[in-house]
Amino acid sequence: MESLAWMAWTWQTATFFSVILLILIGMTIWERVSPSGERVGVLRLSTTRGDRLFISLLGAAYIHLAWLGLIGTEPALYWATFISLVYALGVFRWA
Amino acid sequence: MNKPFDNRAWFLVLPVFLLVAFSAILPLMTVVNYSVQDTFGNNQFFWAGTDWYVQLLASERFHQALGRQLLFSAIILLIQIPLGVLIALCMPRKGWTVSLTLVLMALPLLIPWNVVGTIWQVFGRGDIGLLGYTLNRIGLDYNYVNNIGDAWVTIVVMDVWHWTSLVALLAYAGLRSIPDAYYQAAKIDGASRWSIFRLIQLPKMKHVLIIAVLLRFMDSFMIYTEPFVLTGGGPGNSTTFLSIDLVKLALGQFDLGPAAAMSIVYFLVILLLSWVFYTVMTRDENERQGGAS
Repeated sequence: MESLAWMAWTWQTATFFSVILLILIGMTIWERVSPSGERVGVLRLSTTRGDRLFISLLGAAYIHLAWLGLIGTEPALYWATFISLVYALGVFRWA
Repeated sequence: MNKPFDNRAWFLVLPVFLLVAFSAILPLMTVVNYSVQDTFGNNQFFWAGTDWYVQLLASERFHQALGRQLLFSAIILLIQIPLGVLIALCMPRKGWTVSLTLVLMALPLLIPWNVVGTIWQVFGRGDIGLLGYTLNRIGLDYNYVNNIGDAWVTIVVMDVWHWTSLVALLAYAGLRSIPDAYYQAAKIDGASRWSIFRLIQLPKMKHVLIIAVLLRFMDSFMIYTEPFVLTGGGPGNSTTFLSIDLVKLALGQFDLGPAAAMSIVYFLVILLLSWVFYTVMTRDENERQGGAS
């Protein structure tokens, strides 16, 4: 894989992008199997499943940044990931 | 009630998606990879984890550049959107002057960024520039090289000169799409000029104004060439916007890891603010759809 050396892949970043890709594939299959429509939730926005995924991912990015900026790396960043998961579940359930 | 969509049309955008993947997604992935590593060149990388992000988020230099960037974009939107709409309202709707006006309005948009910077650099000079010389002659102590206020005013005016016509042309396109029947009905009802603007023209321009706001926000938030040519980020760091700071970090200091982390945060700020603008500006429509479903 010398030709991809310039991309400086690490197993951590490869895992990160693989998870994103799997989420997108999973969402596509979910939408095919069980088509959704728009709905208005607690945010008073009309959102589709894709919108809710976008809001979840964007929120997760900011939760991690806020953790790093306000708390640092101790305690571990996994806590931010856990908060992001809870947040995403909340967005998918109520937003 | 749910409204299912037919998603097969997405296959039609597959070629564009592939193109974007090569031109944007792969470079973005690379930037993410760089942001968690350190390098001294020669394709050798060392794991740094989240160190660059921690360092960046605590950096006074980054906070100041971000603050300047947000302030600049806010000023630009507050000036260019109302001014563009006002110009569009004043533009002729019939006759030979329409084509002439459109050509004149499009002219600033055709000038490359670095040329715009050079034009204003010369224009603002106190010794040979028409603007700088005139202002100094009438007693104003204008010097964009040394004075922070003058530097900011010059950059803002330069950007307004360069890009307001884009907003005006978009708003004009929105105005032209309004059928005459609306104006005739307003005339019969005895509506005032303000009422016509508020109740007919502004709602009909809404979609193009959303595009104008998003385009101008993203563009002003990423501005680099014009201020770099005009002031080089000075005096001091007073006009060092995020993009200028990023280039200094990546190319000047060759700190690719910290620069990549900064790029990611920069990208996330643009993504969030663009989403907020879009969501707020289409909120009424969303509520109508939500109410109908």
